[in-house]
Parts: sequence; structure tokens; C-alpha cells
Amino acid sequence: MRGFGKYLLWVYTGMAMVFLLIPIVYTIVFSFNDSRRTNIIWRGFTFDNWLDVCNAQDVCSAFGNSILVAAVSTVLATAMGTAIAIALVRYRFRFRNSTTLLLFLPMATPEVVLGAGLAAQFLQLGVQKGLPTVIIAHTMFCISFVVVTVRARVAVLDPALEEAGRDLYGSPAQVFWRVTFPLLIPGIMAAALLSFALSFDDFIITNFNAGPAMTFPRFVYTAAARGIPAEANVIASAVFFAAIILVLIAQISSAIKRKRLTLAG
Amino acid sequence: MAFGAFQTAAPAGGQAPVTQVQKKSPVALWLLLPGILYLILFFVTPLFSLVITSFQAPIPGGFLGEFQTAFRWENYAEVVSTYFSHISRSFIYATLATIFALLLGYPIAYVIGVKLRNYPLLQALSLVLLIAPFFISFLLRTLAWKQIFSDEGFLVGVLKTFQLIPSDAYLTGTPFSVVFGLTYMFLPFMALPIYTTLEKMDLRYVEAGEDLYANPFTVFRTITFPLSIPGVISGTLLTFIPATGDYINASRDFLGSTDTAMMGNVIEANFLVLQNFPAAAALSLILMASILILVSAYVRRSGTDDLL
Repeated sequence: MRGFGKYLLWVYTGMAMVFLLIPIVYTIVFSFNDSRRTNIIWRGFTFDNWLDVCNAQDVCSAFGNSILVAAVSTVLATAMGTAIAIALVRYRFRFRNSTTLLLFLPMATPEVVLGAGLAAQFLQLGVQKGLPTVIIAHTMFCISFVVVTVRARVAVLDPALEEAGRDLYGSPAQVFWRVTFPLLIPGIMAAALLSFALSFDDFIITNFNAGPAMTFPRFVYTAAARGIPAEANVIASAVFFAAIILVLIAQISSAIKRKRLTLAG
Repeated sequence: MAFGAFQTAAPAGGQAPVTQVQKKSPVALWLLLPGILYLILFFVTPLFSLVITSFQAPIPGGFLGEFQTAFRWENYAEVVSTYFSHISRSFIYATLATIFALLLGYPIAYVIGVKLRNYPLLQALSLVLLIAPFFISFLLRTLAWKQIFSDEGFLVGVLKTFQLIPSDAYLTGTPFSVVFGLTYMFLPFMALPIYTTLEKMDLRYVEAGEDLYANPFTVFRTITFPLSIPGVISGTLLTFIPATGDYINASRDFLGSTDTAMMGNVIEANFLVLQNFPAAAALSLILMASILILVSAYVRRSGTDDLL
């Protein structure tokens, strides 16, 4: 009975994993579909969509906009979020509870509320919606996620290392840039990647604040009514492969490191 | 409040936190100021904009989308009576999706976090598979389900051939497909925080339970599950909150139909299409307030360990 139970757990988990991966495989497979206009029925294998991605109207400019928005908001959110994370771990200050609440609330608010709120504000101030308003919105919702990610890294940072820097007559700036910052880089990188991914794939907040500006998810959403061109699948698949390779390298190297540590210990 | 709930979602990096000496210094102010100011300008004041907008009244004789500042509290009564079915549908669908995601996500998290502990490479690979959906457009993934479920699709054909569903049945645009899509979309958000807590769990507790002749079910119910509750709380919140406000799955162009429209859909329609900004703002605030009330009640209740 117990053996059967164990077996059942593996089968169940395997099926749940397959469930998770079906749409990914589907999206990638249909990037090779020899589709004419709508990419719904399989018509045969071709590389054409991959070789001529920008063939479909507007898909490449939407993709470019998404990359631009994600890059700018990642830089802004990572800079502001990292500073907050350091302050939260290292310093005592008044209004700590209100600060934590302010950082927590954007993550606990449905995107549609964040999007509608900003759009209402832009409307009242008479701000024209476009890529800058999208960047403002994305930076806003990325900050909290950066704080959570970097804070975990600051919390495991040994203050003795910075103390050593100060003992060697390093100025506060030197200690920060030569000791603290390099040690925080893995956390900052993780936070930046998370921000980039969140921004790149965001649709709901973007849709409320983009006005006429197109991003890749908006392109997909508007095209959904009349049929998505296979080129959209190509772009999504290419981004997927790039990200997966990055993550695989990071995961495998850390797994190997851990294994070495356990063998050594 | 649920401050702690989201923190377990962050990767701990396998290192124990170091005791940090917190000092008072004006540096803290300069570190906090830009980010906090930014959030006040683009998160807090927009909420006030929503409040102001939600009470606005149409300008007499004005064009579509023209409103003036007023205190028209009837806006709230009107949206609740007009959209009551959408409001209740949002919470029902999100609750169902959260339950299904927990039922699917917990075993995944358990296998990766506990069973695969002695196989670091396999564990790392499974973790990559679990986060893989984050790297491919969620809109395209949802559309993939739409096409799989479509009337000409493979699945409906097979089900009809084996007469598992009547020949005139359809899957897209039904509550089933919307809840299915929501479950799918938020499954990784459910599984990851649970994985984070299970991965750190001390297995000696489980061994102790087994030594005392507890059967696997008792061990799970009295040891493993209670220890994983912080992860379960963050996972359910990370699923329930965005699922309630989602309007992709329920959208007509994706897995829904007009009969499955949720709050997000009517907020979007009122704001971006009908230009009835006060209605959209009132609905948004109702959504946010109900979520905050539900979430704080839930966190308070589960904080006392009697989630079961």
C-alpha cells in the first residue's frame, strides 16, 4: 500500500508538470507552423517565420518597445529598490512599519486596480499616455519585488566584511563600492531579472496606461481577436529559449557548487 | 497584516541570515527617499485619484467621458447592483482556482522540495521547469489552451469520439475553461512559495513521526503540512489576489465569454471602452477593499495554526 502511494505521488506530480508545460510546447511548435494568416490549424513545418520575424506587421516594433520599457524600468526599480532593501536591513528609522506597509501593498493590490488608479491620475493631470507612462507604471510595481529579493541577500551579508574594509581605512564610499556592492551583486542581478521579466510580460497595467503605444503583450492581446501571426510565437519562443539558457546555467552552477560543498563538508 | 506572507516567496539563497546591527543614521533617509517618494507619487496618490474619480458625476450636457468632481455616492450602489453577478463570479472563480492550484501545486512543491533533495541536479532541473512558464508570454499560453479547447481542436474531438461529452458540447467560453485557465496561470505562483518552505523543512521531524509509528497520512497532516503553512499562505495569496482581478482568462477573446466576465473585465470595459471612469474607479476600490478584508481575515485565522 505504501509503495503504491509513493508511486501515485510521482505520477500525479509528473502529470501536473506536463499540464504546466503543454502550452509552452504548443506555443513553440506553432512558431514553426506554415500558417498563412491565422495560426490555429497545423499546416506543416517551416522555418520561414523564424527567418523573417519582422514580416508580420508591427510585431517587431512592439517587441522593441517592450525591451525598451523593461530595460528602463528595471534600471530605475532596481536602483530604488536596492537602496530601500539596504536601509531596511541596516538602519533604524522611524516609520518603519508604514514603510513596510507601503512596500507590501502594491504586491497585494490586483493589477487592474494599480492600472486603473494610475490611469485615473494621468487623466486628472491631463498627461498624455504613451511609453513614458508605461515606464512609470512598470517601475512602480517592480520596486516592491526588488526590495523583497535584495533584502534576502542583504540579510545574509556578514557585516564583519565591511568592518574589515573600514579597519583598513576605506572611506564609506570605498567600502560600499568595493565590499558591499560586489557581495550584493547576485541578489541585485536576481532582482533585475525578475523586474525585467515582470515588466516584459505585463499586460494589465500596461493596457490601462499605454494609450496608443504598443508593447508585445498588447500586440498579442489586440491580435487575439483576429488571430495571432506565427511571428508572435517566434518572438515569445526566442525570449523563452534565451531566458531558459540563462536560468539553466545559473541553476546548474549553483547545484554543482552545493554538491561540492556537501562533498567537502 | 500579512507582511511575512510574501517574504517566504523570496529565495533565501540557502544561507542563514546574519545578525545585523541596525544603526541610526541620516544615510537611511537618503536610501529610502527616492523609492518611497516614487511609491507615494505613483501608488498612493493614484489610489486617491481613484477615490475622487469614483464620486464624480457626469457634466450635464457633456460628452462621453466628461465628468466633474462631486460627491455622487450612488455610483457605488449603481455598480454593485449592475455588476453584482460579475463581483460574485470573480470571487467564486478565484476561490476555485486557488483550491485547484493548491491541489496541483502542493505535490509538485513536495516532490521537488523533499523527495528530490538528494538529487541536486534533478532538483535544479525540475525547478527550472516549474518557473519555465514565467519566461513565455502568458497571453500566448492562455491562447494555446483556447486552441486546444476549441471546437475544431484535438481535445474536444477525442472527448466526443469516446462519448465522454455530448456531441454538441463545447469547452471554450464556459466557467470551466475560465477556472481552468486561472488555475493554470497561477500554478507556479502557488507551488514556488510552498517549495521554498518545504525545501527548508527539517526532515528529522518527519523521521520522528515515522519512528512513533504514525502512518504517512498522519505524518503529513500533523507534521509536514503544518510546517509548510507559511508557504501555503503566500501561495494562496499570490494566486487568489491576482486571480480575482484577472481579466485575460475571462475575456471573450481568450477562454471566456460574456457569461463568464469578471470584475476585471467590467473595470476594463468601463475605463477603456465606455469611458465611464467613475464606475470603473468605484469597482476598483470595491475590489481592493474586499480583497484586503478577505486577506487580513484569512491571514489572521491561519496565523493561529488552525487552517485545517
